[in-house]
Amino acid sequence: MHIIKRDWTAAVVPPNMRATMPANPSVLADDATAPLLTPVTVRRKGPRQWLRLVSPVLLIALWQIGSSTGLISSRTLAPPSQVLASFYRLTADGALQQHLLVSLGRVAKGMAFAILIGGSLAVIAGLSRLGEYIIDAPMQMLRTLPVLALIPLFIIWFGIGELPKVALVTVAATFPIYLTLYAGIRGVDPKLVEVARVLRLSRTQLIRHIILPAALPTALVGLRYSLGISWLILVAAEQVNANSGIGYLMNDARDFMRTDVLVLGLLIYAALGLLVDALVRWLERRLLAWRPTFVGAAA
Amino acid sequence: MNASTLPAPRSPAVRIRGLTRRFGETVALDNVDLSIASGEFVALLGRSGSGKSTLLRALAGLDAPTSGSVEVPEERMVVFQEPRLLPWKTAIENVTLGLTGPATAEQARAALAEVGLEHRLHAYPGTLSGGEAQRTALARALVRAPKLLLLDEPFAALDALTRMRMHRLIESLWIRHELAVLLITHDVDEAILLADRALVIDQGNLSTAIPIDLPRPRELGQEGFLGLRKRLLGAIGVTESETNGATPLRGVATLRDLDSPQPREVDATSARGAAAPA
Repeated sequence: MHIIKRDWTAAVVPPNMRATMPANPSVLADDATAPLLTPVTVRRKGPRQWLRLVSPVLLIALWQIGSSTGLISSRTLAPPSQVLASFYRLTADGALQQHLLVSLGRVAKGMAFAILIGGSLAVIAGLSRLGEYIIDAPMQMLRTLPVLALIPLFIIWFGIGELPKVALVTVAATFPIYLTLYAGIRGVDPKLVEVARVLRLSRTQLIRHIILPAALPTALVGLRYSLGISWLILVAAEQVNANSGIGYLMNDARDFMRTDVLVLGLLIYAALGLLVDALVRWLERRLLAWRPTFVGAAA
Repeated sequence: MNASTLPAPRSPAVRIRGLTRRFGETVALDNVDLSIASGEFVALLGRSGSGKSTLLRALAGLDAPTSGSVEVPEERMVVFQEPRLLPWKTAIENVTLGLTGPATAEQARAALAEVGLEHRLHAYPGTLSGGEAQRTALARALVRAPKLLLLDEPFAALDALTRMRMHRLIESLWIRHELAVLLITHDVDEAILLADRALVIDQGNLSTAIPIDLPRPRELGQEGFLGLRKRLLGAIGVTESETNGATPLRGVATLRDLDSPQPREVDATSARGAAAPA
């Protein structure tokens, strides 16, 4: 703390009056060097969270008005009312649920393989120098490939069934998981590794109790990223020779110029993205309950 | 070397012969000999970079010497300056880490109770205060029943009041468990309060050994304290005037204070100055 050496009390106020001095000394000091006292204010989150909803609602209202008055052609963009209507129609006959389930299944399978492959490779590369030499360099090269460019190759390799779709999701989702888990393992505090040596932990104990838990927060960021990417890839993959799934539904709608179903598909993708994000955040809260930020937030 | 000529009356807990450690051109430890008797409390003082931490790491088995021999008991534990608890494990899980056996949980509970933390068994380190975390680290060491306890400035990051409590705690644990203790510290007063023998290390050499035979329990400024303090500061190469006139009764003069001298521009007659932290 820097201390300004200026004995203004002694100069201005006789000793017997000091006790009655005002709290703010700037009224006594000359302006040029006035010490400034600022009241401490802490901004609290306002209670007007609902304000965030105003602009989306307004946009939808404008969109509906634009469609109703004929400003927006339904060939360009179906009105919200029509999107809602086709949502009801598609859920009523169970078609939407069917497609959704298929898409969810593809993402789940792709993610499961990605976690298995990316996770294992990261553990091997993270824990051994030899593993790093063998695995890390090719992974760093492959991760820069645009995954969608693999579609033609995957069709030749895997045909047009389920396999290329799941494989695309797997490839795309593997890299974030690999990269973050690998970085997490390599970023473990060496001081904690030293504790393991002092306590004479076995290598298995070191990995289980120190390295993997330490890498977990970073790895969960990778998981979140992977899940986002897997939906992204699925949209593209399901538009190639699919006969089910949300992507197929949209592709079909395009052929019949059904902009209402197209918008519905987009909304479903958005909702799924939010859902998956919420899932990972729930997972983080459970698995990282020890973090001081969460300890505070839980209260 | 002075340190080695002092007799180690009981069976030794540490025997170091001709320990040398080089980091490239730098000689961190230069042909050090040292014996610590079992049950003896030794304080090791030195300025930053004097080699004291290197010596502790060699004893802990965390660093391999360039040459020389280091003999220590198999049962040795270290408490570092930072508690180094695993943040994802509760206090008791940290204490039992890596231990197996039926009575482990019970022993861990007893160790935590011994350091006064029986009410914090299931707290995460992120919710512990600095003193509580350091006491948990101490319990983690004690539960393993060490014969040699290595303390690497374990109180340096604690506030003055907590540090005084920790001094008393360490002393009582040392007496109860009959440990050999090597305490690395910056703090001359801490060394005099706790140790049977104070060693001074300078540029990789154990330059001085001063036996401290004050009766226990000791307190700052008791008879003989100031004399020892002067001798120790002299051995480290600090004159009394360099310590800014701090006496053990007023505050704790540590070598760290000397390493980073604080500007003293407090004007005693100024109301603002008097309110400022000294």
